[in-house]
Amino acid sequence: MIIENSKTILSVQGLHASINGTEILKGIDLVVKSGEIHAIMGLNGSGKSTFAKVLAGHSAYEVTSGSIQFGDENLLTLAPEERARAGLFLAFQYPIEIPGVANTQFLRLAYNTVQTQRGKEELDPLEFDDFVREKMKLLEMSPDFLDRSVNEGFSGGEKKRNEILQMALLEPKLSILDETDSGLDIDALRIVANGVNQITNTDNATILVTHYQRLLDYIVPDYVHVMEAGRIVMTGGKELALELETHGYDWISTHKQSKAGATA
Amino acid sequence: MSAALQNLVNQPYKHGFVTDIESDVAPKGLNEETIRLISNKKNEPEWLLAFRLNAYQKWLTMSEPKWQNVKHPKIDFQAISYYSAPKQKKKLASMDEVDPELLRTFEKLGVPMHERAALAGVAVDVIFDSVSVATTYKEKLAEVGIIFCSISEAVHTHPELIRQYLGSVVPVGDNYYAALNSAVFTDGSFCFIPKGVKCPMDLSTYFRINTEASGQFERTLIIAEEGASVSYLEGCTAPQFDTNQLHAAVVELIALDNADIKYSTVQNWYAGDENGIGGIYNFVTKRGLAKGVNSRISWTQVETGSAITWKYPSCILRGDNSVGEFYSVAVTNNYQQADTGTKMIHLGKNTRSTIISKGISAGHSNSSYRGLVRITPTAQGARNYSQCDSMLIGDQCGAHTFPYIQVRNNTAKVEHEASTSKIGEDQLFYFSQRGINAEEAVSMIINGFCKDVFQQLPMEFAVEATKLLSFKLEGSVG
Repeated sequence: MIIENSKTILSVQGLHASINGTEILKGIDLVVKSGEIHAIMGLNGSGKSTFAKVLAGHSAYEVTSGSIQFGDENLLTLAPEERARAGLFLAFQYPIEIPGVANTQFLRLAYNTVQTQRGKEELDPLEFDDFVREKMKLLEMSPDFLDRSVNEGFSGGEKKRNEILQMALLEPKLSILDETDSGLDIDALRIVANGVNQITNTDNATILVTHYQRLLDYIVPDYVHVMEAGRIVMTGGKELALELETHGYDWISTHKQSKAGATA
Repeated sequence: MSAALQNLVNQPYKHGFVTDIESDVAPKGLNEETIRLISNKKNEPEWLLAFRLNAYQKWLTMSEPKWQNVKHPKIDFQAISYYSAPKQKKKLASMDEVDPELLRTFEKLGVPMHERAALAGVAVDVIFDSVSVATTYKEKLAEVGIIFCSISEAVHTHPELIRQYLGSVVPVGDNYYAALNSAVFTDGSFCFIPKGVKCPMDLSTYFRINTEASGQFERTLIIAEEGASVSYLEGCTAPQFDTNQLHAAVVELIALDNADIKYSTVQNWYAGDENGIGGIYNFVTKRGLAKGVNSRISWTQVETGSAITWKYPSCILRGDNSVGEFYSVAVTNNYQQADTGTKMIHLGKNTRSTIISKGISAGHSNSSYRGLVRITPTAQGARNYSQCDSMLIGDQCGAHTFPYIQVRNNTAKVEHEASTSKIGEDQLFYFSQRGINAEEAVSMIINGFCKDVFQQLPMEFAVEATKLLSFKLEGSVG
């Protein structure tokens, strides 16, 4: 929700980033305040997922200019693990499989790392087991997932639920959900969205990167941004997503042009 | 490979110090005289000298094996000293008479030579260069009829057992390095578990090569009579020299009816430096004969050291329903090379074998799994399951799998699974996005990868192996 005078969590200015010398992000400006949910929409290749990865600090991308302020910190000076510990969370579009590493072990290490960072007590395996089982109910996940290897053999929907479970455990300040809705059937989508809705509150913020309006029926955004060729070309309220759904992404180009023509 | 990965694999070797102790070292070179000298020093009976000379004659007619996937300059067998022993009093009445310098050496290595200090009551036979310097818990074990001593001692105290079993599983002319070992072996451990006895504690041998330019050629012989069982551990380290040293051992295991031998190794010989200079050539022949019905031989190895490892702990499953197992983790880094695996020879009916091999390669190293599963026509109903997994860290290393499967009985069931994975940047990014740094991530991935093998190790060894591995690979990722 939009709260007046709420704290700025993320402030991106003039962000340019490239991979192997090819520029993907060509000047992004975005301000996210606590309590807000932002949706970033756009066609494949518009740079949405790149933006998500750049925020998380993926080493394949080089930030060539611009700034990212995260709370009180200059995000660009932090290593990926420091960004995570500072409260930035990315739910991956394609969560990677880690054979041989039990999910519970992985979740506990991540949880304890973040807890330590916040000056809180670590949980031992037994305490953590109780804690994580409680959180799993939120996502209607079976406890079997604890003993399985991280994401290994998980269905697409199970992987996404496991991502949101991590979001629930780590209680980030800013969550970026990269195409969390892709590959989900309608039941799984409802469960995942329900989970997200229970985690979001007035102190944290969420960025939903998505292709379709469908997810936004369940998680209602305060702002919708449309990306095209590495820039945010249009920003509106939740009704913008509906317009896109009705008219398609082509509508953006023409609409943008006609608008540009009108002002000229 | 990123810098963090680099650092993670490049850790110093902790056991590289040299003990300053006066040694009795034989002149370099190998000929009949050398063999007579060794035999004479050990005051051996005539039949053992004949055994050695026979092996030497066979060795002269043989040539070094060439089929393994490793490269090294030709070994000059005349540049090696075949006998090196720390000078000490002839007869030791108790452990207190062991040279304090030696005691300190093994203390530094974490090997319990004082019985009272022994961890969880593990009996140890300590081999320093060519000789056994101490064996703990001998008397206590003797109370239940177990013989545990150096092989040199057993030659004198139990010649009938040595004569009967020495060379019965690995014949003197079995292969080039086994023939060499049979000619010049200097010491090793002997262990005999009589009928019906379950060995009350783990037995272990700790090998230490100290003298530069000396080879270590030890011989281990373990016999478990009907219904007996034993768990045996082997550890090894060597100082850091920039020359290569040869370690060519032979281990023979014999399990009679319903007997069970479990043999575990954590091998941490000096591996050479980050440019591949120095390190041990570890050319070892290990073989177990599951002679009796329902007998079981189980090999577990964690190979982290040596410049080159060439070893194939094998099982000959002769007894009906006998079981052979091989669990292995082989880690190579820098310029290390490993060609290791097993042989499972099924002769008896309903014999079963399991092979779990995990190879981890980092740096410029090369690791190969080479394994033979042979089902002979007599092995009705035999079964084998093999799983060979390789993991690569970085993009300069190699992993290879060479499975040989020979089935001559149509009732046999043989399964082979193999996989290759890579600790990828994407996996590390996933961990880091959850706040976990590269070192912890790699250690978690590696331990997960090796879990099936580590589970087979006795408790303390498992802890040591886990530590050794994370130490070994520290700095290899990033």
